[in-house]
Amino acid sequence: MEYFATFFKVSLVHNFVLSQFLGLCPFIGVSRRRRDAFGMGFAVIFVMVMASLVTWAVWRFALLPFGLQYLRTVTFILVIATLVQTVELAIKKLSPPLYRALGIYLPLITTNCAVLGVAILNINDFGSVEDGLRSFTLTAVQGLGAGAGFMLAMLFMAEIRERLDLLPLPKAFRGVPIAFICAGLMGLAFFGFAGFVS
Amino acid sequence: MWRHFLSGLWKDNPVLTLMLGLCPTLAVTTAVTNALGMAAAACFVLVGSNVLVSLLGRFFPKKIRIPCFIVIIASFVTTVELLMKAFRPDLDKALGIFIPLIVVNCIILGRAEAFAYRNRPLASLLDGLGMGIGFGIALLILGAVRELFGAGKFLDIPVTTAFSGAPGAVMEPIGLLVLPPGAFIVLGLVLAARQAARDRLKERSRRARFGG
Repeated sequence: MEYFATFFKVSLVHNFVLSQFLGLCPFIGVSRRRRDAFGMGFAVIFVMVMASLVTWAVWRFALLPFGLQYLRTVTFILVIATLVQTVELAIKKLSPPLYRALGIYLPLITTNCAVLGVAILNINDFGSVEDGLRSFTLTAVQGLGAGAGFMLAMLFMAEIRERLDLLPLPKAFRGVPIAFICAGLMGLAFFGFAGFVS
Repeated sequence: MWRHFLSGLWKDNPVLTLMLGLCPTLAVTTAVTNALGMAAAACFVLVGSNVLVSLLGRFFPKKIRIPCFIVIIASFVTTVELLMKAFRPDLDKALGIFIPLIVVNCIILGRAEAFAYRNRPLASLLDGLGMGIGFGIALLILGAVRELFGAGKFLDIPVTTAFSGAPGAVMEPIGLLVLPPGAFIVLGLVLAARQAARDRLKERSRRARFGG
């Protein structure tokens, strides 16, 4: 139940894009077409789960035992950058079709603040949980939930923007300004989930 | 030399024109104080990393220059993080996760790669300062609108009874503006206003040129 609540909370109630403002650059930049939004969403889910697990291990076994907590930011960003590169190389070798689908989105993810954001949030939320297995599982669930919420917001946004292109809008609002206003209205709709989890 | 400083303020404003660094822009502008704190932190990191990158840039092997930039930026961010925890714990709490996330702020890595890597330290310093202040201007606009209309305050001081929730107030604050969706809507309106202003200027200069 706790795991389900965590997933629900991070994907819908505290949606990464619409209520925590993480990962806005790809949200606005890659949401013009449905296909791109789909690819980017999958790539983000994949990297977020991997990054959550790896940074958890780094925190638990390398930083915490030696009292190096202040190195968190530096280590995490380097670990994530290395991870993304490794994943890119691995996918290229192992699964060319997957690489063709996700490849162009992977380099963009290194500087996606949502990935570092989820890693830091995991540590803030579950880093001090005594039970190692529980802390690990919660971290994995939070990573997955954050990615799923990101993908959901991306897909909605892509659908909305494909229709916005056809509307006779005032010139000043065309493109990014109206996309932001739509994102705001979408965030308002997501407020409906707020009562579910305390 | 000064044009490096001036371009970041308005013409190439990182947030309003280049659309970089949007996440902190929306997240911390619920109040002007937070916006200023974020701008100061980002400005410090930007100037520091720009100067250091332009000094050390030639020693970095070309292929791994980006990781080198990231290490430099991350060290400055850690410095800011620790300083803020020590001296302004309230601000640290309000900005929360967005202080460590300055590392992935695209403005900073973008300036390191696009400007500081190829320019002298003094020019890089001015560029960093200009971009940092430009970032601050954008944050200030958003923070002021949201705090004034969303909470009826400015810099935490209640402004006139007209906008506060006090008895006899002329107008209730629009609570939506300090909530997350309000940030998106205000930014959308500000960007639209900027686009309209730019179109009008372009139109005017075109008319002046062709005498239409």
